[in-house]
Amino acid sequence: MSAILEVTNVSKRFAMGGILSRNYVNAVVDAGFTIEEDQPEVLTIVGESGSGKTTLARMILGLESISEGDIKVAGRSVSGRVNRAQRLSFMRHVQPVFQNPFEAFNPLKEVDRYLQASARVLLGATSRAQVEAAMDDALQKVGLSLAEVKGRFAHELSGGQLQRVAIARALIPNPAILVADEPVSMVDASLRMTIVNLLRDLRDQLGVTVIYITHDLATAYYISDRIIIMQEGYAVEMGPARVVLDAPEHPYAKLLKDSVLPVENAGKSRVQPADRKTAQAAAKLSGTGELVLRDDGRSVRLPRDGDGSVAV
Amino acid sequence: MAFSEETVREQRDVLTLNGLKAYYQTNYFGVEREVRAVDDVSLSVREDEVYGIAGESSSGKTTLIKTFAAAIRPPLRLIDGTVEYKFGDRVVNPYDMDEDELNDLRWKHVSYIMQGSMSVLNPVRRIKKSFRDFAFEHMDRSRAEFWNAVEDHLKLLYLSPDVLEAYPHQLSGGMRQRVTIALATVCHPEFIIADEPTTALDVVVQKDVLAMLDDIRKKLRSSVVFVTHDMSVHANMADRVGIMYAGRIVEEGPTSELFTSPKHPYTAHLVSSLPQIGDTTRKPALEGRPPNLAEPPRGCRFHPRCPLAIEKCTTDVPPLESVGANHRSACWRSADVRPLTPAVKPKTGESA
Ligand SMILES: Nc1ncnc2c1ncn2[C@@H]1O[C@H](COP(=O)(O)OP(=O)(O)OP(=O)(O)O)[C@@H](O)[C@H]1O
Ligand SMILES: Nc1ncnc2c1ncn2[C@@H]1O[C@H](COP(=O)(O)OP(=O)(O)OP(=O)(O)O)[C@@H](O)[C@H]1O
Ligand SMILES: [Mg+2]
Ligand SMILES: [Mg+2]
Repeated sequence: MSAILEVTNVSKRFAMGGILSRNYVNAVVDAGFTIEEDQPEVLTIVGESGSGKTTLARMILGLESISEGDIKVAGRSVSGRVNRAQRLSFMRHVQPVFQNPFEAFNPLKEVDRYLQASARVLLGATSRAQVEAAMDDALQKVGLSLAEVKGRFAHELSGGQLQRVAIARALIPNPAILVADEPVSMVDASLRMTIVNLLRDLRDQLGVTVIYITHDLATAYYISDRIIIMQEGYAVEMGPARVVLDAPEHPYAKLLKDSVLPVENAGKSRVQPADRKTAQAAAKLSGTGELVLRDDGRSVRLPRDGDGSVAV
Repeated sequence: MAFSEETVREQRDVLTLNGLKAYYQTNYFGVEREVRAVDDVSLSVREDEVYGIAGESSSGKTTLIKTFAAAIRPPLRLIDGTVEYKFGDRVVNPYDMDEDELNDLRWKHVSYIMQGSMSVLNPVRRIKKSFRDFAFEHMDRSRAEFWNAVEDHLKLLYLSPDVLEAYPHQLSGGMRQRVTIALATVCHPEFIIADEPTTALDVVVQKDVLAMLDDIRKKLRSSVVFVTHDMSVHANMADRVGIMYAGRIVEEGPTSELFTSPKHPYTAHLVSSLPQIGDTTRKPALEGRPPNLAEPPRGCRFHPRCPLAIEKCTTDVPPLESVGANHRSACWRSADVRPLTPAVKPKTGESA
């Protein structure tokens, strides 16, 4: 078995603030997981806003330098890529779908030109017919068509349409790994399920591994094989998605699940601010703790006791 | 507190829309297109009320709120209808105002949080500069008081005051979203319009943001109109919800009624399509394609996808009519709409 993606002890530290008041943000601390080539899966990353999910995704995509550790795609370090051919081969393996489609598209460029560029550069399509067929094919997979999109600018499409165009663009080179950073946050429930089912079909039928970053625990439960729950840069709990989400163990993971808004009493009570006391106390100890493997296959970050042993 | 039907009736209307039509009219290379994104919408929003708008992707929700946020720009044009605000005794129509009056309206009364608004922050300015530029002069406070108020407000959104020193690209998507919400609400406006304000947030932080919006409503009897696809947010925030389909409001009513006894087949579909943790069954998507707003279907625009459609639906447009207290529906067969079987909540602990 060989790994298509290996993330080993990866950390990312950002400098923040001015030259005088230098602050550092530990955006990602000691992240690690492996995805096997012959075991395509949906690996979901959920967690606190600002906990490092996008940063981790960007490092995997080679868009952000790694402060410590290593990330390998198909055996090759993402930070070691040099020439154009290697860069293109890498991009055929790993394709991004970004968080905010309004930011992802240049307002002065027709959106179909993004697909066109992908088809030309990454798929090597040359004739106009080939390019258009590849574009239409990818758009059909997300419930759109070339006819609907052609010649239109980002502001002429609704949020949901734009998000689907972004996914279609990523699908063009038939990548082995799709890194989808909140791909369904801006679409209606029906379309959300269509897209999530599409991600699942990509895994099941085309063997594509999907790294799915989301705030929606329901779809995470629905499609994920594995899940990583992040808080303040740390993976605080990870493992088989349903094991973890059915009965989370880490205080932050519990808080997250308990904070899903209920619909049973719609219109009967108003939302209250979150109570994070326990979760914050746990976050303070993350740096001193480590991931402990449980019998059910999950790992939970537990603090060390005074004597240096980890409380199990 | 506006959370029961009885009090809902006594509240004054603050915003009234009448027969509103707003179309995108474009002409590219001689090809004319007219997208009828808002096509005959009448509704009102009361003081001290949270009014939620839900609906299909590209059904015109953003366009609708642009009409009353006075944010219409070509190619979007107001074709017909009226928009009227009542603040105290003052009646204002944003379409009769000049640019100065509009600015005054925007800052003193109405705040608009745009969809995907995290991209509106100026990339080369630190966040604190944006606060100074946009909020300071409207708050009428000393510098020190102002920054204290800003920091307290950020705290409500679970943001550290450190974000003031950052540039937008140094913040995560959800942090940027909260910063723009903070900017738009730190002055405690009377009328808050928010388009997908919590899509980039985890569910824990989402609770803080929603609670903050609701707190402004409580303190000032403000009105909040918000658009979201997340029906669980409507369930826990909105007094009333309006459902849009193909440029029209197809149903509007008290939140609990829309969830338990919807009177339009599209609403019935929408409230049952919500996936829940623990559910791994494949949910059927709505049959058929979303309507083309350049050429919407005749009669009821939902008829090609409607399980209850009859002959009449293909020819006659159903009016939005009262079907109960505070409850309107645009369906010839509203009496026959039944809630779809709610998703059976599977037992936890089983894995597939
Ligand atoms: N270019 C940068 N410079 C400095 N700090 C950064 C930079 N990019 C991200 N950060 C910081 O790193 C942390 C993690 O950000 P990241 O975008 O990875 O979070 P996230 O988990 O994706 O959050 P969200 O759910 O809100 O999208 C945040 O504290 C953010 O401020
Ligand atoms: N500038 C524009 N020019 C032409 N058509 C436009 C323009 N902006 C939006 N549209 C079209 O108007 C319709 C309504 O768009 P709108 O953004 O109001 O939908 P929405 O309900 O907010 O959707 P979403 O839930 O995806 O945000 C869509 O068909 C969209 O493509
Ligand atoms: Mg992110
Ligand atoms: Mg919208």
